[in-house]
Amino acid sequence: MSEQALKEVGDHIAATLGDDVLKVELKLGELMVTVRRPAILKALTFLRDDPACSFEQLLDVTAVDWPERAERFEVVYNLISYKHNRRIRVKLTTDEDTPVASAVPVFSAANWFERETWDLYGVFFADHPDLRRILTDYGFEGHPLRKDFPMTGYVECRYDEDQKRVVYEPVRLTQDFRTFDFLSPWEGMTNVMLPGDEKAQAPNDGSKP
Amino acid sequence: MTIATSAHPTAEQSGGKTQIKPYTMNFGPQHPAAHGVLRLVMELNGEVVERCDPHIGLLHRGTEKLIEYKTYLQAVPYFDRLDYVSPMCMEHAYVLGIEKLLRIQAPLRAQYIRVLFSEITRILNHILSITTGALDVGAITPALWGFEEREILMEFYERVSGARLHANYFRPGGVAWDLPAGLTDDIWEFTERFPKFVEDIDNLLTDNRIFKQRTVDIGVVTKEEAFDWGFTGPMLRGSGVAWDLRKSQPYEVYDRMDFDVPVGLTGDCWARYLVRMEEMRQSNRIIRQCLKELPDGPVRVEDRKVAPPPRGEMKRSMEALIHHFKLFTEGFHVPEGETYTAIEAPKGEFAVYLVSDGTNKPYRCKIRAPGFAHLQGLDFMSKGHMLADAVANIASMDIVFGEIDR
Repeated sequence: MSEQALKEVGDHIAATLGDDVLKVELKLGELMVTVRRPAILKALTFLRDDPACSFEQLLDVTAVDWPERAERFEVVYNLISYKHNRRIRVKLTTDEDTPVASAVPVFSAANWFERETWDLYGVFFADHPDLRRILTDYGFEGHPLRKDFPMTGYVECRYDEDQKRVVYEPVRLTQDFRTFDFLSPWEGMTNVMLPGDEKAQAPNDGSKP
Repeated sequence: MTIATSAHPTAEQSGGKTQIKPYTMNFGPQHPAAHGVLRLVMELNGEVVERCDPHIGLLHRGTEKLIEYKTYLQAVPYFDRLDYVSPMCMEHAYVLGIEKLLRIQAPLRAQYIRVLFSEITRILNHILSITTGALDVGAITPALWGFEEREILMEFYERVSGARLHANYFRPGGVAWDLPAGLTDDIWEFTERFPKFVEDIDNLLTDNRIFKQRTVDIGVVTKEEAFDWGFTGPMLRGSGVAWDLRKSQPYEVYDRMDFDVPVGLTGDCWARYLVRMEEMRQSNRIIRQCLKELPDGPVRVEDRKVAPPPRGEMKRSMEALIHHFKLFTEGFHVPEGETYTAIEAPKGEFAVYLVSDGTNKPYRCKIRAPGFAHLQGLDFMSKGHMLADAVANIASMDIVFGEIDR
């Protein structure tokens, strides 16, 4: 798991996959490869079958939502190689409408992980054998882990004694949902730029005021 | 929810042959052998399982969403509630992830305490897994004996954290408190008689004819299948892969520990049972080593920006008081970055994919639960087996819904 070995693997991947690899990063001792969206199956198959990589197992598929970006979703695949004792993270970007090729033909394990990503983020996986919702309720609407989905949700359910069934109603909060961001300018640990902060930066030309 | 969607198998006449449509049956979500709220929609041909579609999410609490709205420290208790039979291991993955992003390391004594309690947790988990698994295939005594031992271990939990189950004991940068006086002696005493308990369970189950009839050659998973389906932990070792994150990618002080990794030969339910039995013995060894080598020193990092100051200091120092207040209102800020931190939880590879945007709250915290990957393999493992064997498969996967549904 040495940094050098990981770097070599990263270079090997970048050299073999060529233009399909957008970025190879090594941060905190973890190897990350960003690939072009259409090349994901090619990349995963290569990572699994190439003897120098042999990432035999797909451990996890998930997404991260960055609403301010042009392609808001970052789909993340975590793989492990038991042969070489290494991990790798493969990433690609997509938006609400663009499908990502399903990794199920390469790794069966991708099935539920992609269903989960579809359920919680609304990332569509093309040619997935069974793209149903998995974690949310039957008949749920929306994709709850998106940043624009409120934490309290839209509906709440209760058992209705008259109708003798569970009914869904718009969520009613007895107290406003409160959230504090604490990004205070007093805290030296965050680099937040507040209006006017740029004036505080002293000119660095050695001259005294 | 109906018990059976089609009450009688319907016969269809086609070309002189009578074809029987598979019988669709609903299993759960409230069934003692489902180990929680598992709903299975099964297609049965007579008593043989043809297809098995697990419906999960009945315990979904939106943990990942909630964590995004909490500070790093406030999110720790959610991890106890994931895999609620091995709480401290879940916390372990999360605090290691935060520490990696913060680029800090817990002091040596804290690392030993964490390893000690991770192994206690492993025993807790395996006792539950083995004994309830035996219960599912018809043996009731191991459950009665095992829960007595679990109670003793949970008392250790209570003494160290104040809670039997939801400990909230591991914190970023160390552990919440030092061990109370006398605890190490009592744990030592426990480790001296615990092998006798494993021996007793061993005598009851391992060569028991009924138990072997229900587990040997049931749910065979080959090495290739285990890789393909993302199986980890005892599910992988049961299929003959010598892999344990504690050995191959050691975290904390596992590299100083002397223990063996058991590997199954046959990949069936019995092999997985044997792997878990041996892991309990090995955990016992690790606990004893931890107790023997346990160094003195602080149990949390001295950095006041991450770990709160001691109570006594707060009474005298204004600085300490401010730090305490800031930590428990605002929390600490974590530098931008991302990490996939995995530990060897009792059930397999439990990992946290943590993305930080530099603020005091996680931007994204994906929890990789081993049971989630295992449960989706239930379909191929149960195909062609009897209905009752599907139950044995569920038991040998060590399913807990807290972590699967999140």
